[in-house]
Amino acid sequence: MASDDPAVHPIIRPPVRDVLLTAVAVLVFTSLLLIVSGAPPLDAYYHLFQGSLGSWVKFAHVVKVWIPLTLCACGLLFTFRIGLWNIGVEGQVMMGSVFTTWALRAGSDSPDMGAVFIAISLAAAALGGAIWAAIAGFLKTKGGVNEIFAGLGLNFVAQGIVLWLIFGPWKQPGVASMSGTETFPAALWLNAPALLRIPPVALVLVAAALAATGLILHTTWIGLDLKAVGRNPGAAFLYGLKPSRLMVLAMLFAGGFAGLAGNLQVTGVYHRLIPAISSNYGYLALLVVMLANYNIWLVAPVALFFACLNVGSIQLPMMLQLDSSLGGVIQGALVLATLGMHGWRQARSTQAEGRAAPGSA
Amino acid sequence: MLKKAFLLLAFLALFSTAFPSGAAAEQPLTFGLLLVGPYNDHGWSQAHYDGGKYVEKKVPGAKMIYIDKVNPADRPGVTIPQLVDDMVEKGARLIIANSDDMKDGTREAARQHPDVYFLHISGDDVLSGKAPSNLSNLMGKMEYTKMMAGFAAALTTRTGKIGYLGPLINEETRRLAASAYLGAKYAWETVLKKKPEDLKFQVTWIGFWFNIPGVTSDPTQVAQNFFNTGYDVVLSGIDTTEALTVAGQKKKEGKNVWGVPYDYIGACQGSPDVCLGVPYFNWGPAYIPFVKAAMSKTWKQEWLWLGPDWKDINNPDTSIVGFVPGAALPAGVKPALDQFVKDLGSGAANLFKGPLNYQDGTVFVKAGETAGDKQIWHMEQLLQGMDGSSSAKK
Repeated sequence: MASDDPAVHPIIRPPVRDVLLTAVAVLVFTSLLLIVSGAPPLDAYYHLFQGSLGSWVKFAHVVKVWIPLTLCACGLLFTFRIGLWNIGVEGQVMMGSVFTTWALRAGSDSPDMGAVFIAISLAAAALGGAIWAAIAGFLKTKGGVNEIFAGLGLNFVAQGIVLWLIFGPWKQPGVASMSGTETFPAALWLNAPALLRIPPVALVLVAAALAATGLILHTTWIGLDLKAVGRNPGAAFLYGLKPSRLMVLAMLFAGGFAGLAGNLQVTGVYHRLIPAISSNYGYLALLVVMLANYNIWLVAPVALFFACLNVGSIQLPMMLQLDSSLGGVIQGALVLATLGMHGWRQARSTQAEGRAAPGSA
Repeated sequence: MLKKAFLLLAFLALFSTAFPSGAAAEQPLTFGLLLVGPYNDHGWSQAHYDGGKYVEKKVPGAKMIYIDKVNPADRPGVTIPQLVDDMVEKGARLIIANSDDMKDGTREAARQHPDVYFLHISGDDVLSGKAPSNLSNLMGKMEYTKMMAGFAAALTTRTGKIGYLGPLINEETRRLAASAYLGAKYAWETVLKKKPEDLKFQVTWIGFWFNIPGVTSDPTQVAQNFFNTGYDVVLSGIDTTEALTVAGQKKKEGKNVWGVPYDYIGACQGSPDVCLGVPYFNWGPAYIPFVKAAMSKTWKQEWLWLGPDWKDINNPDTSIVGFVPGAALPAGVKPALDQFVKDLGSGAANLFKGPLNYQDGTVFVKAGETAGDKQIWHMEQLLQGMDGSSSAKK
C-alpha cells in the first residue's frame, strides 16, 4: 500500500491542513513581495491565471511546457527512488537536443523522409541523454564521485558542447552567431495541427512516459529493487542486489526521459539548436518532483502548475511592468515551504515520540 | 420571405463583424512590439521603443503593447509564436519584431496568423521569397551614418588604430563594419592624406547582439583589450553601450581615448566626455506607413531599405537614420564631417564605388562600378584592409 513512498524520504502523508498552511504562507510571502515592489497582488495573480488558462491557445502553450517538464520529472522519479540527486538532468536534456540535431541534420536533404528522421532523432535523443546520465552514474559507482558534483560538471560540459557546435561545426553558412543553428525545414518539425497547437506525438510520448514510469516503479522488480537500495544500500547488498548496477540503471532511465524532452525542444519548439535549448526544464523538474513528494500521481498536476506559472508570468512585464521572475519566485518559495513543512513535522513527531517514551533512547 | 430576411440579417452580421466601427478608412489599431533587449538599453531596443511611442503620438487611434528581453537567454522557453499569440489575443493587428534573431519565429507566427500583419526589422524574408504575404521587412541605411562614425574616428585617432566592437557575424554586421571602415579610410586618405597601410581597423566579434554571460565574449573585456593595446577609438556595433562606458572609464584613468556608441540617439549621455557622436536609428516615421496600411487594410508586402533624409539627416520626422556629433568630437573635425555628410548626400563622396576588394582579395566591386543595394545587402566578407574574421572560424 505504501508503494508511493519515496526512498529518500520517510513516509509522508501530509494532512490537508499542512498543505493549506504551506499554500497560504507562500501566498502571503509573494503578496508581500508584490506590495513591496509596488504592484497590486490581485492584479498579478489575475494576469498569471489569464496568461496561462485564459484561452485554449494559452493552455496549448502551457501544455508545450508541461510535456518536457513532465518527461524530466518521470526520469527523476527513478533516480530519487534509489536515493540519487540527478542534478545532471539539465545537461541530459541538452545532450538529447544535441543528438536530435545531429540526427535531423542528416535528414535535412531528404525532406520527404521527415517522419523517419524524426523517429530516428527520438531514439538518438534518448540515447544521448542516457549516455550523459550513465557517465554521472559510473563516476558515482566506479569513481566514488558524488552524483551532484558529477552532474553539475557535466551540465557545464554539455552547455560547452552546445555552444561549440553552434559557433563551430554546425554554424549557419556565412554566419557566426550564438543565435543558433540554421532552422530545419518544416518537414523535420513535429507536426502540430492548427487547432490543437500541440504535436500529438509529444502528447503520446508523455502519456507513455507517465504510464511506463508508474508501471515500472510500482509493479516490477526494478521499482522494488530501486526502493530497497534507496532505503538501505548496505542491507540491499545482503539480499543479492547490486546497488551499483541499479544506480546506473536508474540514471539510464532518467537520462533517456530527459533526452526525449531535449528532442521535443528541438523538433517541437525551436526547430533548431540554440544555446538555451534546455530552458532550465531539468532544474525545474527537480523542484516539481520534490514538491510532488516523489509521487507519480502528483507529478503531472504539479508540473502543470509550474508550466502555468512559466507561461503566465510573461504577462507580468507586459501588463504590469513587473519582472517575470515572480513565477520562479513562487515556484521556489513553494518548494522551500513544503520542504520546511516536512522538516518541521518530522522534528515535531520525533519530539512527540521522545516525550511518549522517556528513557527509551 | 423569411429566408430573405435571414439572409439579410446574416449579411449584416457578417458586415458588422468585419467592420465593427462602420466603414471608416482607418480604424484604431493596436500594434505589438517585440524587443530583443531591455526597452531602456540606450541602444537598439530603446530606439524601437521610442519609435513605437512616436507612432502612438502621431497616429490617432494607434496603441502600442510591447514586451522586451525577447530572447531565449533572458526568457527561457518563451517563443516568438507564443508571444504573438498573446498579443493577437490582446487585440494586436500588427506585430513589429525588432531582431534578426526573431526571423524564423516571426515567419512561423505570420503563417499562423494570416489575418495579422507583421513587420520584421532588418530581415530579408521578402527578398528571399520565404515571407508569407502578410510579412514585410524594414531597415534603415545605417551604412551612411556608420561611414560618418568611421570618418570621425579616423580624424580623431592619434594612434591610427580603430577598434570595432562587433556583434555576431552576418551580412548586416559585415556591411556595417565595412561601411565604418570605408568612412575611416576616406578620411585617412582624402582628408589627412596619409598612407592607407598606416590605418589599422580591427573588428572583434562577441557572438551575439549583446552580452550573454557564459555564451558570448564579454564586450566590456573586448573594449578594454582594444584600449589596452593601443586602439584609441572604439566603435560599437552591438545593441548596448559597453564600448562607450569603458572609454569613459579609461578617460578617468587618464587615457586619451574615445568611443562611438550605436543605435540610440541618446546613447552619448552615458559618457559624453569621450563620445565622438552616435549613428542612430529613428524608427518612428518609418513605422507610420506600415501602421497606417494596417489600419486601412491597404497592406502591401514590402522590403524597404530606407536612406536618410539628406536635407537634414537629423530631422526627427523624416530621417530613419541620423548621426549626432558628440561633445568629445574635436572642434577641428566638425567642419570636415559636415562637408563629408554633404558630399555623401550629393553623391560627391561615393564610398561603395569600385575598385573594392574583399578581405581575401577577390573582387567585391569592379573599378568604375558602384555597388547596388542588393550587392551591399549581401556582403559576403569584410573588405581588404580590415582585420578580423569575415565569418566563423573554419
